[in-house]
Amino acid sequence: MTTHAAAPRVDHLDLLESHAIFIIREVAAECERPVLLFSGGKDSAVLLHLAVKAFAPALLPFPVMHVDTGHNFDEVLEYRDRQAASAGARLVVASVQASIDAGRVMDPGEGSSRNRIQSTTLLDAINEHRFDAAFGGARRDEDKARAKERVLSFRDRFGRWDPRRQRPELWQLYQGKVNPGEHLRAFPLSDWTELDIWQYIERERIELPSIYFAHERDVVLRDGMLLAVSRWVAPTGIEVAERRTVRYRTVGDATCTGAVLSQATTVAAIIEEIATATVSERGATRGDDRFSETAMEDRKREGYF
Amino acid sequence: MPADAIVMDLLRFATVGSVDDGKSTLIGRLLVDTRQLFDDQLEAVAHASMSRGVGDLDLSFVTDGLRAEREQGITIDVAYRYAATPTRKFIIADCPGHVQYTRNMATGASTADLALVVVDATAGLKEQTRRHLCIAALLGVRRVVVAANKMDLAEWAKDPYDALVAQVDELAGLLSIDPPLVVPVSALHGDYVVEASEAAPWYKGPTVLGALEAAPAGGWAGEGLVGARLPVQWVLRHPTGKRTYAGMVDGAALYPGDTVHVLPAGIETTVRRVATADGDLPVAPVGRCVDVDLADDTPAGRGDLLATAPLPQVVDELTATVCWFGEEPLTAGQRFRVKHTTRTTVGFVDHVLKRLDVNRLTLEDADALEANDIGVISLTTADPLVVDAYTSNRITGSFVLVDERTNATLAGAMVGAPSFARAPVR
Repeated sequence: MTTHAAAPRVDHLDLLESHAIFIIREVAAECERPVLLFSGGKDSAVLLHLAVKAFAPALLPFPVMHVDTGHNFDEVLEYRDRQAASAGARLVVASVQASIDAGRVMDPGEGSSRNRIQSTTLLDAINEHRFDAAFGGARRDEDKARAKERVLSFRDRFGRWDPRRQRPELWQLYQGKVNPGEHLRAFPLSDWTELDIWQYIERERIELPSIYFAHERDVVLRDGMLLAVSRWVAPTGIEVAERRTVRYRTVGDATCTGAVLSQATTVAAIIEEIATATVSERGATRGDDRFSETAMEDRKREGYF
Repeated sequence: MPADAIVMDLLRFATVGSVDDGKSTLIGRLLVDTRQLFDDQLEAVAHASMSRGVGDLDLSFVTDGLRAEREQGITIDVAYRYAATPTRKFIIADCPGHVQYTRNMATGASTADLALVVVDATAGLKEQTRRHLCIAALLGVRRVVVAANKMDLAEWAKDPYDALVAQVDELAGLLSIDPPLVVPVSALHGDYVVEASEAAPWYKGPTVLGALEAAPAGGWAGEGLVGARLPVQWVLRHPTGKRTYAGMVDGAALYPGDTVHVLPAGIETTVRRVATADGDLPVAPVGRCVDVDLADDTPAGRGDLLATAPLPQVVDELTATVCWFGEEPLTAGQRFRVKHTTRTTVGFVDHVLKRLDVNRLTLEDADALEANDIGVISLTTADPLVVDAYTSNRITGSFVLVDERTNATLAGAMVGAPSFARAPVR
């Protein structure tokens, strides 16, 4: 037996990266038709980066899917197309507008969030393409319902999550078998925090949509959130559009994702900002989680991300 | 937290204990006092507390996130929480206390380096806490910190604390785990959780956070010597036609030049290189995902194990300790899918041999295991498994039994009999 010097210490980003890559490979090996959900947000950017690393130098063995609410920032759509192409991945776009046009869901109306009705579009696309596993970039530190969810999260034939009947998930034995019609959601970033994500983006030099960095934009203050004035959001009543220097902490439906006032133009400045933030990522920016204390659990039970 | 604190180590710990002893409240306290919670999250907890008439700020609502949990005031499933101090990052698995959620408690403890046991000091060690400590010890969690909670209700008297220490030491001795540090705390008021206090001048030890920061991190170390273990997850095909074998290193670090065995085939070869997508590594430490280039174009595939000496065993008949989660009893003759490392096969239960009495810590004769029972079975598998005793290596020493029809995970299993349990005294 050879003897070796003490092994070097492994820092937390290396451990988180390795754990995520391990999960991505397990799902790719055990499931027939996985897909990676890619919104163009920072978490899915990290997820795609990890998936590419997991299989390099070979190509990604599964496609990438975007559920497009039709209310996306142009910068994000352009970024999405570019990233999918540079990863060499096939991009599937599932359109909420198409679901509305086909009568699958009701249009919530001009300027209203299409966040909740995305679930139908997502589940229809999963059925249509017969995906049996969908990777998502969700993190357990985002929300109290997510904090309870397994890394491999089972969905029944109706796409529902049942928090009371989750599979035991012991050691690193990720057990991903499902019967036809059922599927899994796989969350390789479960144990990452917002700060871990940004530190990893800095270390790996991962490109992000420009809206994550401070820029000038016309915004309107609504329900305590700064919403960008856009094709879907215009000042109403006593609201006044103002030009402010802002950035986004999360990327989502433009009608319910708020900007934060910020001067941070670099990843390093963003890390500094997060380290001293007093409001959580979703609390600062997501109107969809504000309706009730179990808003996320309720949406997840219906098949949400 | 300073922005440049990028090189931190990582401690995974599980919180266990009986219902109502204050586990979730303690975690809530730990998160609030280390300022891990944002203002809006605190406001949400305060709002939920008021709307259910349980006071200004019920800290247990920080972790009990499911609708049913808040309505019933209990923890059903593991909640994972994250905390960081300047030098250390914590992954916290807050485990449920009720016996019917043992599967969820085992899920949380199976990846933990340390168990934080919360005990109501005014009540002493309850049966469920003994059961949890026993399961944690079975799962190989040998480092334990005990928070003697509700000391404020005991008016910080030393007697109940001393009585608890005696109970804990006795149990630790029976379980062959290190004697735990017992910290007197009030999760409700925060004494000795993060902040030191004057409440118990007779206590000279660290706070709970101090103990968690001082505990050795860097993964789980088994007993006895094992070599490097790398279960092959995926075969990477390079444009040059070369194949490398991807997986996570466990047991011991793997170095270029190491002699490895491809098991169960038993082919001996040499590691030519270890690499990640970022390039070659001089060493692949435990916990890193790497791809391995083998000399001589040695073939391997998913489910094979690369191992350095001392080598694991190749078996198709084995004895294992199981935590049974199925609603129907486990009996001899049942057939399951067996998932071990990256290998999946099928197996028959030959015999149910013993059932663990978690109160007396003895192995009783048995022919069936009921839901949430722990016992010893013998198993025959269709394909060979490459195993180490669980006490030596968590990854190669563990497997799950899966229902072939519904795909439900019905048991967590560990290679070998429980190390601490004695035969019953006749």
